[in-house]
Amino acid sequence: MIATLAFYAFASVLVASAAMVVTSRNPVHAVLFLILAFFNAAGLFLLAGAEFLAMILVIVYVGAVAVLFLFVVMMLDVNFSEMRSGFVRYLPIGGAVGLVLLAELLMVGAVWSVSPSAPRLIAVPVPGGVTNTEALGRVLYTDYIYLFQAAGIVLLVAMIGAIVLTLRDRPGTKRQDIARQIDRSRRETLDMVNVEVGQGMVVPPKHEPAKQPEHANGNGHHGGGHH
Amino acid sequence: MQEFLATPFGTLLFTVVAVLVIMVPVLIGVAYLTYAERKVLAAMQLRKGPNIVGPFGLFQPFADAIKLMMKETIVPTGSNRLLFLMAPMLTFALALIAWAVIPFGPGLVLADINVGVLYLFAISSLGVYGIIIAGWASNSKYAFLGALRSAAQMVSYEVSIGFVIITVLLCVGSLNLTEVVLAQQGLWFAIPLFPMFVVFFISALAETNRAPFDLPEGESEIVAGFFVEYSSMSFALFFLGEYANMILMSGMTTILFLGGWLPLWDIAPLNWIPGPIWFALKICLCLFVFLWVRATFPRYRYDQLMRLGWKVFLPFSLLWVVLTAGALMAFGWLPGQT
Repeated sequence: MIATLAFYAFASVLVASAAMVVTSRNPVHAVLFLILAFFNAAGLFLLAGAEFLAMILVIVYVGAVAVLFLFVVMMLDVNFSEMRSGFVRYLPIGGAVGLVLLAELLMVGAVWSVSPSAPRLIAVPVPGGVTNTEALGRVLYTDYIYLFQAAGIVLLVAMIGAIVLTLRDRPGTKRQDIARQIDRSRRETLDMVNVEVGQGMVVPPKHEPAKQPEHANGNGHHGGGHH
Repeated sequence: MQEFLATPFGTLLFTVVAVLVIMVPVLIGVAYLTYAERKVLAAMQLRKGPNIVGPFGLFQPFADAIKLMMKETIVPTGSNRLLFLMAPMLTFALALIAWAVIPFGPGLVLADINVGVLYLFAISSLGVYGIIIAGWASNSKYAFLGALRSAAQMVSYEVSIGFVIITVLLCVGSLNLTEVVLAQQGLWFAIPLFPMFVVFFISALAETNRAPFDLPEGESEIVAGFFVEYSSMSFALFFLGEYANMILMSGMTTILFLGGWLPLWDIAPLNWIPGPIWFALKICLCLFVFLWVRATFPRYRYDQLMRLGWKVFLPFSLLWVVLTAGALMAFGWLPGQT
């Protein structure tokens, strides 16, 4: 009874928020509806007994991916009227792409049949006696270990690709080298000078040549009295 | 009585009462944490702290609460009204729902779910939304800057928290929080996994936006950060949420590393004290360190914060995951290994 009610609540909110993702005018609202959709999907997983997947869905998609989405979308300065202006011009090509996708989906759907043994599998998502997490681990790290490793390598490649695309060696940036800062001693940074009253003095030449233009901070003690 | 509890209405009523039994102490704890913070900071800075309202100033939290409720809730003109009001509620609600899986003693837990650790991790990773939404909906430069800082900071430190949790899970062999505590009978994980304990605690400071990682609300540079536009109860909800999160993170530290409700040693006078009291005492110890750190360390610079998270904690905790897994494998200590 409660499970059925919960299912319909999760499912209807999921469908409604998924519709709002594509229809809402404000991109930030769209991302927030996407997050709501993720949540309800996690709720459906929970009802199906897949608690591990539900939690991972929330941690990975809501906790990490959607945060970055939101981050980027909030920074965008979207001009809504400008965005809508090209609507008629792009309608034919957009409609064509949509039609092709629809035809493909229909073709897939027409020949799709559910295996007669599938409903029994759905009813028992977990083999008896072990927790969900353990059951998943037993399959993932034995039968599907190569696919699992391949998925990991694909992610690694994507990560390296992102770094390669964005990492640029810009000259002239200031950088803090903590090891070198700690390594400095008083002798090489501080000179004690007795200054004659009323005479003043010229700053003596530094002991080491000024070779560190990138040295960000902490050179304030060089040279003695200026007064 | 038993039959009544078995009916749907009885179950509902029982759950509501159980929720209240957890919520009320947590909220009182939050109120007195604000008092404790002011007193501890005052003592460390050779001041007196609040001492006027009630004996030793003990009624100060209530005076503050009444003052906040009497104030006017101001919604800025350019703000997104709905999201602006939703953000503090979200922060506060997230800080409270995590308590559903915390075990206070043997069998004393509202929802004894198999994936309790993941649930806590998921809830704590959602905390960033309240802050981002607040920063964006305020339509203010300072609030937005604070929200951006906070988003980057919380995502960064979550990664190392994740690795620390994996290390603990390797030693436990279960994601259930009760079993995490029971696995520490004899030896708390704070001892064999001491470096991870330190990494976790520092990451918890960053995750709750506490000093020295309180850049999202750095008052000397961006006024009050993400909640600069908030007033009255909407501000109070952020404030309460932050302190409830501190208690929650201390509770997590206690469960993962300090043996939860287990006594210091399982001998006569110590194991007479009930489990929930031990749990509360350990949480208080962690909270004291939270306050101590605030009184001691200056705020980190932003690049230092990122460096610590990505270049120090992340490789280090990854190394410890590998080391722990290797040691457990090599010595045959893996839980459940036959």
